[in-house]
Amino acid sequence: MAGLFIICLSGDRERLQFAAMAASVAAVSGTEVQVFLSMNAFPYFIKGQSKEAPAEGAVGKAMERHQVPPFYQIFEQAVELGDAKIWACSMAMDVMGIKEGELESIVAGPMGLTKFFSDAEGSTILTF
Amino acid sequence: MAERTVDARGSFCPGPLMELIANMKSMQVGDTLELLSTDAGSAADVPEWVKKVGHEMVDTQQDSEGTWHIKVRKAK
Repeated sequence: MAGLFIICLSGDRERLQFAAMAASVAAVSGTEVQVFLSMNAFPYFIKGQSKEAPAEGAVGKAMERHQVPPFYQIFEQAVELGDAKIWACSMAMDVMGIKEGELESIVAGPMGLTKFFSDAEGSTILTF
Repeated sequence: MAERTVDARGSFCPGPLMELIANMKSMQVGDTLELLSTDAGSAADVPEWVKKVGHEMVDTQQDSEGTWHIKVRKAK
């Protein structure tokens, strides 16, 4: 399967922002995009959890001061305008005790790493 | 053919492009959209997206206040 496969691990604003930008721009340009959420990137996609990520450095702090679209909104646009698929790491869900119904609606569902890598075979994988 | 203006001034990449795409989804083929943007990166990126997906660039100009006026015609 050709496309862009993005793995989000960091909970920092800058990395989430760039992952969302890459996902949305590629998706609206006709590339099949799949995003895998794990580690500290995962909790932002649980219903009721904060969507505010802490800045790691100067650019992240500048983004807070300016009218930069929030990363979560950009991921929503990737799904709505570009038909990107966002998957939640089943391991992260298990260790956090999260059920599928507790995931935000932009998340397509749970996904195991083995299946994600199988789907990504031969495609570009970016990790943030 | 209808014309529409989308004011994305003050928004940063990829905000203007996403606003353009969201609006174009609800437009008819042949309709024209003028995107207003103060983001120089978007002024370069939007024409690239238009070319890639097969719409038509009508015009791109920057006015004296620094705002880019990017006109796009929906082609499909």
